[in-house]
Amino acid sequence: MANIKEKNTITKPVDNTTLEETTQGEKKTEIIREPIFKTNNFNLWYGDNHALQDINLTFNKNEISAIIGPSGCGKSTFVKSLNRMVELVPVVRTEGEILYRDQDIFEKKFTVEELRTKVGMVFQKPNPFPKSIYDNVAYGPRVHGIRKKKVLDEVVEKSLCDAAIWDEVKDRLHENALGLSGGQQQRICIARALATEPDVILMDEPTSALDPISTTKVEDLMQQLKKDYSIVVVTHNMQQAARVSDTTAFFYQGYVVEHDETKVIFENPRDQRTEDYVSGRFG
Amino acid sequence: MSNYNIQEMIQKNKSNKGAGFEKLIPVILLIITSISVLATIGILYTLISQSLEFFNRESFVQFFTSATWQPYSSEPEFGIWALVMGTLKVVVIATIFAVPIGLGAAIYLSEYASERAKKIIKPILEVLAGIPTVVYGFFAINFVTPFLQSLYSGISLYNAVSAGLVVGIMIIPMIASLSEDAMSSVPNSTREGSLGLGATKLETTFKVVLPAAISGIIASVVLAVSRAIGETMIVSIAAGSTPNASLDITSSLQTMTGFIVQITSGDAAYGSSLYFSLFAVGMTLFLFTFVMNIISQWVSKRFREEY
Ligand SMILES: Nc1ncnc2c1ncn2[C@@H]1O[C@H](COP(=O)(O)OP(=O)(O)O)[C@@H](O)[C@H]1O
Ligand SMILES: [Mg+2]
Repeated sequence: MANIKEKNTITKPVDNTTLEETTQGEKKTEIIREPIFKTNNFNLWYGDNHALQDINLTFNKNEISAIIGPSGCGKSTFVKSLNRMVELVPVVRTEGEILYRDQDIFEKKFTVEELRTKVGMVFQKPNPFPKSIYDNVAYGPRVHGIRKKKVLDEVVEKSLCDAAIWDEVKDRLHENALGLSGGQQQRICIARALATEPDVILMDEPTSALDPISTTKVEDLMQQLKKDYSIVVVTHNMQQAARVSDTTAFFYQGYVVEHDETKVIFENPRDQRTEDYVSGRFG
Repeated sequence: MSNYNIQEMIQKNKSNKGAGFEKLIPVILLIITSISVLATIGILYTLISQSLEFFNRESFVQFFTSATWQPYSSEPEFGIWALVMGTLKVVVIATIFAVPIGLGAAIYLSEYASERAKKIIKPILEVLAGIPTVVYGFFAINFVTPFLQSLYSGISLYNAVSAGLVVGIMIIPMIASLSEDAMSSVPNSTREGSLGLGATKLETTFKVVLPAAISGIIASVVLAVSRAIGETMIVSIAAGSTPNASLDITSSLQTMTGFIVQITSGDAAYGSSLYFSLFAVGMTLFLFTFVMNIISQWVSKRFREEY
């Protein structure tokens, strides 16, 4: 048990390297990886609780980056740091840098509203507004000054299509979103996040409140979205991380134990704790 | 094993309890409940029967169409609009004054105030809500009216502005506290949804939280307005006793409640038209608050949001 506290972090630098992707054992394609988020010695405290310790991570553009770890290890705290939602908790204090496209998000000239317009978020529990489906999706664009009905109509339709829910709701756009099922509500929330055309989408256990069929739909959706967006997803469903993500970071007690290609984390982890966790020996 | 046989003891105690008493409880509770229901029915019965007696003597049409209220004259005229206008003037002034302030306070308390500020301000609001209305009346005539007169000398001692403002002050805590409850019950996840899209706090408050809490807010306003319509002491002290249907807010007037107080504390001979007019005015007043009540129930059904 003694070495479990020890903070040796193994993170292979995954930025600017090449990912060797094997398609059915045929030929290797090379993809240039471009970092979108990079944290430098990021620390966070809730009062005296040192919830995140020296986090050094890099997430790449057009990839799905998964964050796994037992509950209470700081996954939500970390992902909410990326769009500064964590600052809604009054006792929060941070140290270190988080670079979004090489710009420190804590710098004064960068407002939180700007950041959150670029870095959208989908929450653990579906949280549609008590408004119509249309008004939910149009909310972001409207808040940012888009008023033209033609533009809004188009944005709403496109976002709902991209969130794979258009067919289910196209005849009831003006009904209250709270009348939908949980799985549908979550896809409305994804559509709502897509409507502002963000750069990055953060997802905090987006399927933990959903049934298996809705979960599959959301996972398929993430694969689709990867083409246009970068996604950071927290999950404590290991199969989900293995299925959908490109890289996986294993958090444990507030720090990153290991960050690597998902394949490596699940098949050949370097740290014993990672292996224990992904094989289900603790959690 | 213990030395006691618990099951045996339970059996023994059970037989001591007396099942008869247990059966009596619902009957006793029903009687207690009936008291309030019966009281309501009794009051309504009195109001209606005595009002009917009034309309036996005086013209029904005149009552609801005339704007002259002259019960003492040798040719008395009972036109309720003079009193209704008095009530409406005070209520409208009170509402215009109290709604923005009450809502502002609710928004501050629910969305902006720290836990500490909340802990200090909420009890103060509750104290304000507990002040006897006679004290408010006193405050109106001794402080607000002289202050208004110093601003504009055309204001008479008894007027609608002073009474309306002070009735407004009286209902502010009600609006603030009930609206704050409604806004606080909007879940934080809803706010986060909005903030997460890059909306500012103010945008979130006005575009998400207020609409989500609207049924509670409207209900609080309706309740406060009912309270203002029924308010008696402040208007008796500060609004005067001159029934008139004019729109002038600077001169003396009389409200429905003001009239009832004046007559009941005075000399209406039993059996006179003046005596029976009390019940007709009371009935009208009741209709007003009854309608407000219906509106409030309709609104909270119509706009209720389920989370
Ligand atoms: N709002 C908060 N206030 C104080 N402490 C918090 C708050 N949210 C989370 N924490 C603490 O931060 C740590 C990490 O929590 P969290 O990020 O929610 O973990 P996870 O999402 O991995 O389950 C926990 O110790 C938790 O108690
Ligand atoms: Mg969490």
